[in-house]
Amino acid sequence: MLKISQSDYVSLGRHGEETYPHECCGVLLGRWEEDGTKAVTRVVRCGNTREDSAHNRYHIDPKELIRIQREGRERGEEIVGFYHSHPDHPAQWSQTDLAEAHWTGCSYVITSVAQGTARETNAFELTGTGEEDKKFVSEEMRIA
Amino acid sequence: MAKVQIPSPLRQYTQKRATVSVSANNVGDALADLVTQHPDLKRHLYSEDGKLRAFVNVYVNDEDMRYLEKEATALGEGDTISIVPSIAGGSGYEL
Repeated sequence: MLKISQSDYVSLGRHGEETYPHECCGVLLGRWEEDGTKAVTRVVRCGNTREDSAHNRYHIDPKELIRIQREGRERGEEIVGFYHSHPDHPAQWSQTDLAEAHWTGCSYVITSVAQGTARETNAFELTGTGEEDKKFVSEEMRIA
Repeated sequence: MAKVQIPSPLRQYTQKRATVSVSANNVGDALADLVTQHPDLKRHLYSEDGKLRAFVNVYVNDEDMRYLEKEATALGEGDTISIVPSIAGGSGYEL
């Protein structure tokens, strides 16, 4: 399960609306609870380096991630997931999403943005032990 | 001594350690020391031909080793190596 505040949840859709018709992307910082629940404590927007195909692709610069990770570590926060938007496409993971996902155990949150308006947001946990058996599993999101 | 930051998906192979100290003069030797200490990491970092998997980014402090000397990049005392799996994807949707 992924726990996220109402304001953080709203910010995901808002980011997607701002970048429409391009995909937005960012990092979810937070903590793992004892039962495996991921509690989001901060949403960090990132740049999408896929300027060549931003309408249907995203990529976060690893250098940006290192900085976010370091700053998060100073606050006792870990990377618990990532988010991005699908302009005019469902809030479901695609084959591209799966092929390019490597952070097993983390949540991948996807927002559909239809004609510039955020419609639906879904969370998926990347399960498995590595490239050979990774898969996305729908994850409950508790918004509080 | 340098330290290697381990991303969360790989900590199950380092006894949950987020940071591993390595003794090495360059990045290649540091990664070799890392997989010697934690052999289960090897298949997740390297493909069968012995090369780093394409989605595994290795940074020395804030620089991508690919743009330095790659595995030959020298390490100084206190340097930090960060292993950062790629974060990418997208709908792939074409009109």
